[in-house]
Amino acid sequence: MLTAKLSAIDLTLLRGERCLFEGLEFALNHGELLLLQGANGSGKTSLMRVIAGMLSLESGEILWDGEPVSRQRQSFHGALVWLAHQSGLKDDLTLVENLRFERALRPQSSVEPEQVFVRLGIARLKALPLRSLSAGQQRRVALARILLADVPLWLLDEPFTNLDRDGRRLVTQLVEEHLADGGLCVLAAHQDVEISATVKRINL
Amino acid sequence: MNDSARTQPGIFYGLVAITRRDLLLAWKRPGDVLNPLFFFAMVCTLFPLAVGPSAEQLTFSGPGVLWVAALLATLLSLNSMFMGDHEDGSLDQVLVSSQPLPLLALGKTLAHWITSGLPLVLISPLLAMTYHMPADVVGVLMLTLLLGTICLSLLGSIGAALTVGLHRGTALLSLLILPLAMPVLLLGANTVSLAADNEMYSTGMWALGAYAVAALSLAPYATAAALRISNE
Repeated sequence: MLTAKLSAIDLTLLRGERCLFEGLEFALNHGELLLLQGANGSGKTSLMRVIAGMLSLESGEILWDGEPVSRQRQSFHGALVWLAHQSGLKDDLTLVENLRFERALRPQSSVEPEQVFVRLGIARLKALPLRSLSAGQQRRVALARILLADVPLWLLDEPFTNLDRDGRRLVTQLVEEHLADGGLCVLAAHQDVEISATVKRINL
Repeated sequence: MNDSARTQPGIFYGLVAITRRDLLLAWKRPGDVLNPLFFFAMVCTLFPLAVGPSAEQLTFSGPGVLWVAALLATLLSLNSMFMGDHEDGSLDQVLVSSQPLPLLALGKTLAHWITSGLPLVLISPLLAMTYHMPADVVGVLMLTLLLGTICLSLLGSIGAALTVGLHRGTALLSLLILPLAMPVLLLGANTVSLAADNEMYSTGMWALGAYAVAALSLAPYATAAALRISNE
């Protein structure tokens, strides 16, 4: 347990009167995927927010490198990137302007942004404000943010939403590459996900 | 994936980046910036029309009216400080960044001041003319407004952060901020009045400056803590 890169001990989360989960534990190592599954409203996003350090727990602790996340928030946040339900991008700004701001928030990889744009099929949308992009295209821009970050831990909340079949296949590929590269990934999805890697499941 | 090889962005890079982004957004949506400014200009020009053109009365009430209008205009603009970021999820992204949150909050406050406080200071001489204010008093007015709007933006950021998750939090935000903003209003308006009466006014200026420095050193931390709480 203590050797795991990312682990959780005895997580209990109450939201209002409801107990979303109790005594939840997991341990995740390099190259492993944690799959959060469950119906709508079962607490996938809440667990994701807990891992990101955004929600305070009733009890329990998230550990990164064996150290509680609450005691090393800044360095932990520098090691993760989070694809949330909302894109977190500004409608009025272009793709490039949005991603330029992103550079200030977390370590960036040395990958050429142009290559990432081409791979995600958004290279020709660079000069447009995001509001003129479709929901799926905006999702691809959010994915570009993840690919351009140089961090070991990916938190993906419903990454397949709004994406076409090619897009979904691309996400699967990207996650597999990231895991093969020694990264970690926590992925919440309500449908089945086929990813060839070591997968640990949590059913909420 | 070697942890030590990753280079974290510099500390002040985040502050500069968030200020730049917000200024760019304001540039693309000038309406949000112009609204409080129009409000300020309107109150200040309508007041003399309602009270009548007596020069004595206008000189007497000028500092107070200008200062109250500036305070209300700032309060109007505060609500939107974190609202947009909260709605599109970019506030979440800022909260999980590797940058120190107080500095990012300071960056947002700085952008808010540049787009709402600074314009008020810059157009105030024009409006002061309607109140027959002599040039040297206009200088004092601008200086007090400069310090005062810095205070108000900083204090306001705490209130805006606390009420960010609430719908229609404007009234609550104003209530939260008013007790803290009251000294700013009193110091500002009285300093200008004293200057208009040719009396010693430097004490008020120093006090305003001290208030601004205190707000500058404390408000970012309070705002950061408030943002974490209201985003649970």
